[in-house]
Amino acid sequence: MTQAENPQGTEQAPLIEARGICKYFGAVTALEDVYLKLYRGEVLGVVGDNGAGKSTLMKILAGLYPPSAGQLLVEGQPVHFSSPRDARDRGIEMVYQDLALAGNMRIDENIFLGREWLRRFGPFKLVNNAESLRRAKEHLDKLRIEVKSVKQRVEELSGGQRQAVAIARATAFDARVIIMDEPTAALAVKEVRKVLDLIKDLKHHGIGVILISHRLDDIFYVCDRVMALFHGRNFAEAPLAETSRNEVIGWIMGNKSPAAQAAKIFDLN
Amino acid sequence: MATTTPDAQITARERSLRVRLIPYVDRFGILFVVLAMILIGALTQPEVFLTWRNLSNLPGQNAANAVLAIGMFVVILTAGIDLSVGSVLALAMMTTAVLAREGFPPLLLIPLPILIGMAAGLFNGLGLTKLRLPHPFIVTLGTLNIARGLGNLVSGGVPVSGLPEVVRFWGAGNIPIGSIQIPVSLIIVAVLYLGFFVFLQYTRTGRHIYAIGGNPQAARVSGINVDRTLVLAYVLCGAMAGLAGLLVAGRTNSGFPNAGIGAELDAISAVIIGGASFFGGRGSVLGVLAGVLVIGLLRNILNLNDVQVFWQQVLIGVVIILAVFLDVIRRRVGSTNE
Repeated sequence: MTQAENPQGTEQAPLIEARGICKYFGAVTALEDVYLKLYRGEVLGVVGDNGAGKSTLMKILAGLYPPSAGQLLVEGQPVHFSSPRDARDRGIEMVYQDLALAGNMRIDENIFLGREWLRRFGPFKLVNNAESLRRAKEHLDKLRIEVKSVKQRVEELSGGQRQAVAIARATAFDARVIIMDEPTAALAVKEVRKVLDLIKDLKHHGIGVILISHRLDDIFYVCDRVMALFHGRNFAEAPLAETSRNEVIGWIMGNKSPAAQAAKIFDLN
Repeated sequence: MATTTPDAQITARERSLRVRLIPYVDRFGILFVVLAMILIGALTQPEVFLTWRNLSNLPGQNAANAVLAIGMFVVILTAGIDLSVGSVLALAMMTTAVLAREGFPPLLLIPLPILIGMAAGLFNGLGLTKLRLPHPFIVTLGTLNIARGLGNLVSGGVPVSGLPEVVRFWGAGNIPIGSIQIPVSLIIVAVLYLGFFVFLQYTRTGRHIYAIGGNPQAARVSGINVDRTLVLAYVLCGAMAGLAGLLVAGRTNSGFPNAGIGAELDAISAVIIGGASFFGGRGSVLGVLAGVLVIGLLRNILNLNDVQVFWQQVLIGVVIILAVFLDVIRRRVGSTNE
């Protein structure tokens, strides 16, 4: 907590930093001159209306899209990601909104997809299922995620369990930054709390988390700081303690002054 | 509500039994169908069916379909399809036969058809991934026509007969083991199926093929090179089509440009009857083998019982629909009991 509450005070470089990021899709401007910083053990909430550019920004941080302009830095070092693999190699993992799990495969296979445990077999390297199952079990235990068996296929799991598997995959190898895009959107109420508590656990392990959510309950439950995007630009930002729900709702709608905000809410009602 | 009636207990027990059986039916169900067919064959033609003379014909008759089906299976696992394998078979076969006639060194005639098949597969894979043609149906439909046309051009549209001993050996040869003659085609199929089993179950690339069929997006964001893996799948499928061309050439001691017409559909049928999902990511090598056997045994039994060839086609159609229908029912039962 102390690290997160006083990150600027300690002159340590942010885990990840975006400077002046722009992204154009043809004639459409998705992001214009966007800045973002995330420190160790910090949970940053990113809010904004649909089309504000949240998901695009996250996909750039995760290496899925290259930025049209601007610079990414990891722990102060300029980086260039040409694929999600590059970002993962730098310890940046993303949990996608649609989860991006292979339902036809086992839990452990999903956790280690693309980074399988192997065993030498003469001149060949074959998949080591025993090691994969054991490591997956160990890792889920560490995160206190309960499943009947790691041999289950992911399609047999509930929404919350799938989300947990997606998070387990993101944290399986020394992740330093985990980006989560609407991790609670598809979950039953009782599962939401588990996922949010999992995020708190990650934070206590010193991992930086960026959380995109439409649910202000989530933001106000786990985040240390919240930033709003509006029409693809930085709009407002504040430590959670210095803002309020109403103010954040205003940011999402593009209002900064409390008076205008109240008027807007009044209009809506 | 607190007390359960004995009836309810029994059905609950039955249901749980059914749930426990599902994984086994899932894995081995089609093998029971194969066993049932062997039984039917033995009962309807007791003097002929189980004789070595009849059974030793099966590998030769079905080797080409077995080889095509295992290649097709890899492609179907990625949620793809390859319609060109029958034509590629003919192109590989004709090129081999014509070059053999022109005095090409016989030993080079063995890798040649496989290389031709791989080239066709590479073309399909690159068409899908680099030209970004919307569905493999399109590019392989194009290749189906291109390869068939080329196969005819190579030979001027006429059959070529009389091939070197090496080629005949691959398609029709026998290796004596003890007192019995093991068909070479049987050994080829056995080695291939074992190889593909290890490849798909125990190598990273094999697992990635399943993952791509399950969710290509998941594979991509996990750092898997999806395009490269897809190209490999089509190259493997093409290689199998070329090998099948070699086997048919050897078996018939000739090359004929109409070879393999409709063979892609037999291969797809075997894969689907064997329990693979048409939508990718599901199925096993053992299932494909069973699917090939079901089609082969069906033809064999119907032939022995003097059933008209047209009825055979009708029955194979019925079996395809039944096999997939049973699969649908099984999934429905499975999901209600979760």
